[in-house]
This record gives sequence, structure tokens and C-alpha cells, in this order.
Amino acid sequence: MHSTAMLETGETVARKERTGSPAVHSVWKTSIRYTLVTTLLLGLGYPLLLTGIAEFVFPHRANGSLILRNGQVIGSELIAQSFTSDRYFHPRPSAAGNGYDATSSGGSNLAQSNAKLAQRIQGDIDKLEKENPGKPVPIDMVTTSGSGLDPDITPDNAYFQAPRVARARGLSEAVVRSLIEKHTEQRTLGLLGEPRVNVLELNLDLDNLSK
Amino acid sequence: MTANGWLQFAVFSLVLLATVRPVGIYLACVLEGERTWLDPVLRPLERLIYKLAGVNAEKEMNWREYAFAILGFSAVSLVVTYAIERLQAYLPFNPQHLANVGPDLAWNTAASFTTNTNWQSYTPESTMSYLTEMAGLATHNFFSAAVGIVVAVALIRGIKRTTSATIGNFWVDTTRTMLYILAPACVIYALLLVAQGVPQNLHAYTVAHTLEQPGQAQTIGEGPVASQEAIKMLGTNGGGFFNANSAHPYENPTPFSNFLEMLSIFIIPAGLTYTLGRMTGSPGHGWAVFGAMFVLFAAGFAVAYWAESQPYNAIHGAAQTGSATAPAGNMEGKEVRFGISDSTLFATITTDASCGAVNSMHDSFTPLGGMIPLANIMLGEVVFGGVGSGLYGMLIFVVLSVFIAGLMVGRTPEYLGKKIESYDVKMAMLYTLIFTLIVLVFAAVFVLLPNVGLSSLNNPGPHGFSEILYAFTSGAGNNGSAFAGLNANTWWYNVALGWDMLIGRLLMMIPVIALAGNLAQKKSVPPSPGTFPVNTTLFAVLLVGVVLIVGALTFFPALSLGPVLEHLLLKSGQLF
Repeated sequence: MHSTAMLETGETVARKERTGSPAVHSVWKTSIRYTLVTTLLLGLGYPLLLTGIAEFVFPHRANGSLILRNGQVIGSELIAQSFTSDRYFHPRPSAAGNGYDATSSGGSNLAQSNAKLAQRIQGDIDKLEKENPGKPVPIDMVTTSGSGLDPDITPDNAYFQAPRVARARGLSEAVVRSLIEKHTEQRTLGLLGEPRVNVLELNLDLDNLSK
Repeated sequence: MTANGWLQFAVFSLVLLATVRPVGIYLACVLEGERTWLDPVLRPLERLIYKLAGVNAEKEMNWREYAFAILGFSAVSLVVTYAIERLQAYLPFNPQHLANVGPDLAWNTAASFTTNTNWQSYTPESTMSYLTEMAGLATHNFFSAAVGIVVAVALIRGIKRTTSATIGNFWVDTTRTMLYILAPACVIYALLLVAQGVPQNLHAYTVAHTLEQPGQAQTIGEGPVASQEAIKMLGTNGGGFFNANSAHPYENPTPFSNFLEMLSIFIIPAGLTYTLGRMTGSPGHGWAVFGAMFVLFAAGFAVAYWAESQPYNAIHGAAQTGSATAPAGNMEGKEVRFGISDSTLFATITTDASCGAVNSMHDSFTPLGGMIPLANIMLGEVVFGGVGSGLYGMLIFVVLSVFIAGLMVGRTPEYLGKKIESYDVKMAMLYTLIFTLIVLVFAAVFVLLPNVGLSSLNNPGPHGFSEILYAFTSGAGNNGSAFAGLNANTWWYNVALGWDMLIGRLLMMIPVIALAGNLAQKKSVPPSPGTFPVNTTLFAVLLVGVVLIVGALTFFPALSLGPVLEHLLLKSGQLF
């Protein structure tokens, strides 16, 4: 029927050329009707159908992978939140809003040639070096992520923080390190992505341990 | 750089390669109007759409009618999106009670999504209601992807048909593309994304009481993300549901979702090369085009990956050499779960194609690492490219290549049996010149205006120039990624980028359709000993050469003032 290549005779070509000037009126009419029909189908039908299926099949995931404690939402396992006390592992620094703002995600967008970036990173390194003298600071500890909501830190980052957390909680470092090991997620299928530790889940487990 | 990083690239490439033939065959079936296994379900729906929209599915169009239909559809759907944005506060699905969008931003965004660009001057999670996202923006992700594909197919028909006045029916092609290709793939894909952790709901944002300080509430933006994410990637649109785009854990939660997202950018454009070979009866030509694209893709990744793996010399005391459990290199603006290799691979893919989704912030890349995404767009996004637009962009370069080869031997060039004559080369040149003109003129004007252009910069020095250059390149190339530090949400940038995108899309599409129409009405000439074969390695090499030479001649001066200068100064310890 349509769109198949058809060999046309010279006569039909000539006829079409004569009458071929686009009927502007009908193009507008078709465009308006077509836009409305497809907007209803793909702009409402498709996402609403998917919402229905997703709520039914993956309710936890579809609703943001939220973590509840005592009936109260304390956060999402996928979204970083602020931790500042010595008793907790800290996420990466955040450029989302005023920090970890999950309604304003984003990175610093500072370039390497911008002195502001070098100064910020160096300032953070100098502070962290005092916490763990003599050890080089893992680079992900002093760089903001793309989203400002990176829920993960590298295992190196976690081990760097382990002595501080152990001290603050009066735990042995070995206990804290084994907890990190437990929460280290390896590459998917040993191939995709990078090894990582989810900060909120690690901190929740720390609290469970201390109780 | 690590062995694992290269292995991820290799596995990605192999999986992509495995999809080319089946996807290409399916696309050809749908667009040739053949029966597919989805017919029992979708054929009645297809007929219903024609009936409701008043489409005469039997009528073929000449190139002018085809072009008018594209313009009409684009104009009407642009106005609908503009209206939804301006009125969203009075409309349903707005649980956060977000205000109506202002006129300049609404214009920019409507133009942006209509043109498959998905440039975003705003923070979506605090600007756009769920209705705007679903019915105003995600719809364009379907529409503009389909329009790109059908223009490529119209061009293929032009090559294939002889003495034909028509190149297909726009409404039929578009409907079949959305109904048989994009929509079913998106339903499955979106559910896979939900399984990985991408939200799909319609309720208000969650207020969490955080672990350390329960008194400090964290409001977490959510919404119908997965349904939009799927078509955002598959249609090479790239417009994020969140400001951080695919770097946001809700848009791209795991390395597996990341792999799917990268694959879904390339899967249709790569498949279309096979469609080209199949529909024109020259499979070797399809593979030659694929080969040329793949070489450019691999080269871009190698440079970006190398550049981003280099240590940052302006700081000391940090571990930058990497270990088995920590990446080496530039982690500013990158997510831990993706590291350096997945971030640079994504950046390369998203700019090879006209996608523009990002899983890391290109603005914070090293100077040379950030030059690769910019240069990829400048080459015309012909490395697989946007859905459809990548193939027709590359076919423009194919026309130029056979023209140059013809000049070398002093014969009228031929391409798959069609003589390439003055009109065809003019259309091809028009295509390349329009792009050059709008990118360089807009960028030059904004660089010269301190209060209009320069006041929006986030970074000083040559990188600031790169921010402006990237913006207009991304707009004209319909990419949508950004050196996002640039504050583009000003009246001047919104309006100028709106035109940048519209011209870069529609005005460049018209020469392509005209070319399709002109090729279709030609007679076929049998190949002779003087015909330059287009299914050989030699042809692929020539094609790569033409793409690189045209790109370099056009943009090297601009690049040398931006990323190249920044690299050299940074090497010598100069900060700004």
C-alpha cells in the first residue's frame, strides 16, 4: 500500500507535478488533529499506563527506593544526604543547591583552569590530611559529583574515614572495616561500573551495630 | 586508564554490533509498510489514528508536500508545548504547585524539544509540572525522533526509487515509526529502568527526615521519570527529568542502567546503517558507513578516556594514580558508580549522537577531554548520530565524498546508480554551511557582548569562550548537552538559542528532503568501470577523511581559542 517504491509512468509524474503544490489548508488541519491525537496517546496514555504497571510490579522502586525507620521516611537509598558528624561516614561534597538538595541536582561545573576549583579542592585536602596524616586523600572525597546526590563513595574513601568513625563510636577499626567490606558493591557482572559503598546504608548499619 | 575500562568499551561495541542487523531489518520492515509481528495489536490502532487525524494513508507525497507536513506538524506541536508550559499552574498533574513558565523560557524549551535538542535552560525538578513533562516534553521526544527517522528514510527512498515524483507519506511514516518502533520498545525499556531504581509515580515530592539530623528535612524530587527516560535515550533526545540528567541516581541508578542508556542512544542510528544497505540493495554500503562511524567513535573515546585519566596538577596531596578500588583522574562532576571510563564513554556516545543526555558534567572535564564532546557535535553528529538525523547527515558527507572522488578522476560522480549533479551538491553544501554559519555567528556575537553574553559565564579565561561556543554548537547540532555552568536562562540566550536550534533542525532538514526528492526523480545508470564503489574500505576511509577535513577546516580556529589554548595554559600552570 504505502511507502513501497512504485515505478511511475512519466504521465503520472507530470500530473502530480501540476497538482503538487501543497494544499496549505489541509496540512494545518491534519497537523492540528494529528498532534492532539498523538499527544493524548503518547503524552498521557503511555506514561499513565506505565505508572500503573510499575506501581503494581515494582512498588518500592517506582516510589523512589525510600528507606523507612519507625514508619518515617529517612531518605532514599539512591540519594545522598548530608552527614557531618564524626560518628558517620560522609558522602562526597555536593554542589546540588546548598548541598544535597534533591530538588536542585547538579555539579559545580567548575573547570580545571578555574582557580576556584583548585583552591576548593586543595582546602578540602588540607583539612582531610589532618584527619588521617600521611595518607593521600582519595580523589572522590574532594570532588563534587555530577548530580550532587551521588549516594556512593569509593571503597578507598570509606577506608580513609574508618579510623575517624571508629574513634568517635568507640569501636575497633577492624569492626568498622569489616562493615565497609560487607557494604562494598563490586562491578556488575565483574565488568560494568566501579566498586562502591552506599553511604546511607553503611551509616544505617553502623547505627544498628552501636545499639 | 584501566584494562577494565577498555574491556567495557569492547563489550559495549560488540553488543552494539550484534544489534545492527536485527534492528536494521525490523526498521526496514516497518518503514516499507511490511507486516510485523506487532500487527495484530497495533494495526487497528494505526488505522484509528489515521481516521481521527484525517490522514489519507494511501496518498504518497512529493518532497515539497513532505517538507510542508514536517513544518506544519512541528509548528503545531511547538505551540501546544508552549501553551502547556505557560498554563501549567492551572492544569492537572502539578502536585508541587509549580508556577507557569515565563515566556522566553517557554519559547526556548518548546523550540528545544521540537527540534530533538532538549537543551534545558532550567532546573526541571523545580520548574516543570508532571503534565508539562509528560504531555509537553516527552511527546516531543517521540515526535522529533520519529521525524528524524522518517527524513532519513525519505532520503533512502530517494536513492532507491527511479523516476518517482514521491518519497512517501509523512504521516504514515511518522505514525508507523512511533507505533511499531518507539512506543513498544519504550514500554519494555522503561520497566527495565524501574527495576533498576528509576521512579515512576505521580505523587508529590517525598519529604525525608534525614538520619543524622531528623529535624532537617530533605525534599526528594520524583515523578514519572522512567517513561520519559526511555524515550529520552532511545530517541536521542537527552532532556533530563532532573537537572543533573543521567548523572542523577534517579535517572541512571546503576552501571547496568547506564549500559542500557548508552546502548539505547546508538541502537537505532546504528541499525539504520543496515536499513540503508538493505533498502538500497547494497548491504556492503551500509557496513562501509557503519565502519566509518565506528572508527570515529573509537577515536573519540580513546582521546576522551586518556584525557580524563590524567591527574590534576594544580592540587597536591590527593591520590590520583588510582587503585583497584578507586579511579585515577578527574572525578569532578563524575559519579562514583560510573568512574572515569563509563563517564567518558557516555560523553562520547551522547555527542556522537545528537542525544545530549549526560552522566557527568562536561564543563568540569579536562580541556582536551571536554573538547571531544564539543568536536563530536561540530563534526555534525554523524558518528551514528541522532535517530535518522545522524544517517542523513552522514549521507550528506557521502554525497560530498563521491563528488570529491568524481573530481579526482574527472567523471560525473555516481552514488548507487544515481548521477550526483550540481543541484545535489548544492543541497549538500547548503546543509553543511547553514550549520557552520549559525554556530560561528551566534558564538561570535555573544562573545562580543559583555552584558549579554559574558555575564552568564561560570568560568573565566578560554574555558568561558568554550562555554559559549559549546552552547551554540549544541543548539545548532540539536544535541542539548552543555558546558552547563553557563547561565543560559536569560532573555537573550533563551531567544537566540531557540532560533539556533530551530534553524539547525528545520532549515537543515529542507535541503535533505529536497535532495531526496531530486534523487527520486532521476533515472538509474548502470555501474561502469569509472564508478567509485561505495561498499569498500577505501570508501570508508575517504568518508572519514571528508568528515574530519570539513569539520577541521570549519572549526579548528574556534577550538584552538577554547580547549586547545586552555590545555596549553593549564599545562604551564596558568589558572584563571
